[in-house]
Amino acid sequence: MKPLGIVGQSVKRRDGIGHVTGQTQYVDDVSYPNMLWLKMVRSPVARGQIRKLDVSKAEAYPGVAAVVTWKDVPNNWYTILCLIGVEPNDEPVLAHEEVMWQGEPLCAIVAETEEIAREAMGLVELEIEEQAPVLDVFEAIKPGAPLIKKWGTNTFTYENGAPMRRVRFGDVDKGFAEADYIIEGTYRITPYEHVPLETQTCVVKPEPDGRLTIHTNTQALYFTMDNTAIILQVPSNRLHMIGGTVGGGFGGKVDVVIEPVTTIAAMKTGRPVKWRWTRTEEFQVSSTSGAWHMEYKDGVMKDGRIVARKVRSLHDAGAYHRHSPYGVTKHSANLPGPYYIPNVWVDAYCVYTNRQPASALRGFGVTPASYAVEVQMDKIARTLGMDPWEIRFVNAYRNGQMRAIRKEVQDATLIETLQAAAKLVGHPLAEKFLAMHSNDWKGAQP
Amino acid sequence: MVTVSFKLNGRPVAAVAGPVESLRDLLREKLQVHAVKAGCGQGGCGSCTVLLNGEPIVSCLTPAVVADGQEVTTLEGIGTPAKLHPLQEAFYDNFAAQCGYCTSGMITVAKALLDRNPHPAREEIVEALSGNVCRCTGYVPIIAAIQAAAAKMDGRG
Repeated sequence: MKPLGIVGQSVKRRDGIGHVTGQTQYVDDVSYPNMLWLKMVRSPVARGQIRKLDVSKAEAYPGVAAVVTWKDVPNNWYTILCLIGVEPNDEPVLAHEEVMWQGEPLCAIVAETEEIAREAMGLVELEIEEQAPVLDVFEAIKPGAPLIKKWGTNTFTYENGAPMRRVRFGDVDKGFAEADYIIEGTYRITPYEHVPLETQTCVVKPEPDGRLTIHTNTQALYFTMDNTAIILQVPSNRLHMIGGTVGGGFGGKVDVVIEPVTTIAAMKTGRPVKWRWTRTEEFQVSSTSGAWHMEYKDGVMKDGRIVARKVRSLHDAGAYHRHSPYGVTKHSANLPGPYYIPNVWVDAYCVYTNRQPASALRGFGVTPASYAVEVQMDKIARTLGMDPWEIRFVNAYRNGQMRAIRKEVQDATLIETLQAAAKLVGHPLAEKFLAMHSNDWKGAQP
Repeated sequence: MVTVSFKLNGRPVAAVAGPVESLRDLLREKLQVHAVKAGCGQGGCGSCTVLLNGEPIVSCLTPAVVADGQEVTTLEGIGTPAKLHPLQEAFYDNFAAQCGYCTSGMITVAKALLDRNPHPAREEIVEALSGNVCRCTGYVPIIAAIQAAAAKMDGRG
């Protein structure tokens, strides 16, 4: 057999020399002569009706080239996942009727320097009639809660009008009736911020032929191009998107929140424009991961087999969809974990509140599920007095078995990973677990 | 406005600075020194680290006028793609630069450390890096790279 050329070899990074000499070009390293700087005026309150948004004094301030408001946005009402059929649109690019979270963008000051833009921010005359915000998922789903979404509920509507993402597999009530133990657990994860060292940045240069050169540190260049074209109502071939090296992303640079406004500012002024978020904006305004609240109820046999699992999960999406309806779907598929469970019931809710929007972050929706699953597995092991390693072997799914979401298991490696990990840490395993492998399922359930 | 004259990586330079302009912005915007990165603007991440007379400082919190008459060294002055410094070689060889955004500050701080202490203990490296944030590479390969560079240089500075 021919020896492998790459597998097992240590291959140097193509961009490594640039990184260690400071020669790699990031978006912030792009500048043009005659370039303007953009700063965003944002809502100071979490929920309210906009009564006045007067930018005339800011526009008149020396050094201000333009102020971009909702009137400048050709398609101001959108949602980024419209590309995969998520509806309805629920977010303004620039708000003008109501604000849904503290930090919501209202208008952009475009000026000769960042300093002048910052000074002019204070000249925007803003009056917002405050309303009581909904800041908790349990408050949001209570009957009689203030309805913050236009469609009349505070949850995303999935197929067939369901207010939650459902997974139904087998008969959980039958499973619970047969079980020797009922073991419950509630697991929660707070929101957290990606904190990339490079903040979100965009530089746009209008070209003489009518095209726009857009330098961006988005993690999803074509996704961003499509959404920007939809918001600007221009054919995508007018948008020359240039991505490149991203100074840390982790899911925090996929929300298409800098490119449309920077591009509109460049079109309105006819000059190159740069928008670089501050660290404060990165923390307070960029989407975070969302909070998750997961309630588990498992039916378990004396030998460790989980025969039924029912989960209710609530996700705090914040004010708008962003990527959350999709994240909740991914999440719901992973709530049973890498285990074969013959009876599964999942209700996973994508709940809206007046908080900073949540969106993708590393293992979007799956990480919280894995955390809950594995802590629950340890709890089951403790309740049964079993070795926590063994409870995982007993339940590990094998190739050919059906998952609750009706996808047959393929390329399972849990058993082999457990065996290798036990060896590495010197944990003794019984012979029957050492003899197991992911292809040993013969058709009858173990 | 005031003219600031200083030695940048061994060469004399001059630029006009505003009263509140940071050394970071002067270097990046007026002198096109792009190895100096804008990470937080609050002195909290170390991405903008430069050496002022050999000592590491956060250039975002340093007024540009402070550099007048002084010597400023940035990563560009430590080594180039054609002539890598041993620290740069070690960061490359040890995969100590994933996204690369913190790398400039990390190497600059490490250069100052090895200049004054050619054989640092691991704890001394950790202490020297305490003002520099990395969010994706991880600190373990960065520390290993600095150890490897120190061993290779063996006191040669």
